[in-house]
This record gives sequence, structure tokens and C-alpha cells, in this order.
Amino acid sequence: MAYDVNGATIEHDEEGYITNLSEWSKELADVIATAEAVDMGEEHWAVVNFLRDYYEEYQIAPAVRVLIKSIKKSMGPEVGNNKYMYELFPYGPAKQACKIAGLPKPTGCV
Amino acid sequence: MSEVKKFLYVNRKAPYGTIYAQESLEVVLIGAAFDQDVSLAFLDDGVFQLTKGQDTKEIGLKNFSATYRALGDYEVTKLYVEKESLEERGLSLDDLQNIEYEDEDDDYAEKPSIRLVSRAEMAEVMADQDVVLSF
Repeated sequence: MAYDVNGATIEHDEEGYITNLSEWSKELADVIATAEAVDMGEEHWAVVNFLRDYYEEYQIAPAVRVLIKSIKKSMGPEVGNNKYMYELFPYGPAKQACKIAGLPKPTGCV
Repeated sequence: MSEVKKFLYVNRKAPYGTIYAQESLEVVLIGAAFDQDVSLAFLDDGVFQLTKGQDTKEIGLKNFSATYRALGDYEVTKLYVEKESLEERGLSLDDLQNIEYEDEDDDYAEKPSIRLVSRAEMAEVMADQDVVLSF
């Protein structure tokens, strides 16, 4: 199973998470988002970039509750709340946004 | 509401070579979602888990030491480190990572998560728990 990005093949697992984290690119993010039926706007990107920074610093994808708390702190309560985050990523902000960000499935997500 | 129980995760092994350290950390992160009172204890070779400057390139394993610094985000803010275990290995607090948490009740002031305790104090910490999980 793989994504196709301008002719390049990027392998992913049965749930759509890419297998080699270093193969991520913004173009790939757009391809994954399209497959997930997510229309990437500015706020989607802000969440994706936040997740990538968090992973870079702590080597884990944060649990959804930690994600929302952190977004609330950095971007304000209008964005950092459950309802809005689920509007951005209907299948779960941590799960779906991590997939688009090219990170492993968050620890503790079943 | 069910009552909050006190959980202590005891870490006694070096970070790499066995899977215990990484698995313990994973269980802590998952368990933190259940709103219990979680503490971690580091003794024996377990104190090496918190050392700074870990480099796993040559052994081909993921360096997960940075993840200890995320514990504060999961409201895990009590990391008890046994003084004698450090000393027996020629280590001091300066050899450990700086791990902090933000105290929401104190205007998000950053406070240290690592608490250096003596062997006797560690025994008291353990006696005070509802559940002790050993890794």
C-alpha cells in the first residue's frame, strides 16, 4: 500500500500511516489529506505543524487531550477546543492530523 | 466518579538493552489518560533512563529519552530519583535531564519534576501507594 506523490511511491500501513517518517513532505500531506477528505486550510496546517514540532522535540505524537490543551495555549480557545478540532479533523484530531503530519499513530489511541 | 488511586511505576533497568524502560514509559503515557495520581520512581540502573546526552545512533534504536520531558503535558509531575542509586553509579542530579512541568495552579510557573529522595524516603513513597508496577 502506498501514496503516489508526483510519481514517487510512499509506503503506508493498513491504516494509512506512512512507514518511513523521513519521507514526509507538504505535497505528501496534501495527498493524504485528499485521501482522508480533509480540505487543508490555514488552521489544519497550524495543527499539522504543531504536531511535527512536538514530535521533533519529544519523539512522540501527543494524545488528543494534550494536543488540544497545547493548541489552546498557543492558538487560543477558539481553535483549541474539542468541537472545533473535530470540525477540522472529523475522524479525530490526533489520529487524523498525525496521519497527515506523517507521524505514527498517537500513543494510547486504539 | 470513581476514586483516584495512587499509581507508582518503578523503573530499575538501563534504558536500552531490554525493552522495560520504553514499555514502562508507554504504559505511563497511556495510563495518564485515566486521571489517576501517577508517580514514577527511578532506582538501580533505572536512573540511567533520565541521563542527558543519550545517543542511540550506533545501536540502531530510537532515542526516547526526550519523551520524559513530555510527561508534564500528561500531568505526570512526580519523578522520584533515588540518591544512593545515582551515587553508586558516579552520577549526580547534573547528569540528568532538566525535566519540568507547568503548574496550572501557579500561573503556569515551570517547576522541576525530578525529586531526589534517599533510599529511606523512597521506601516511604512506595508504602504510600495503592498500586506499584515494577519495570
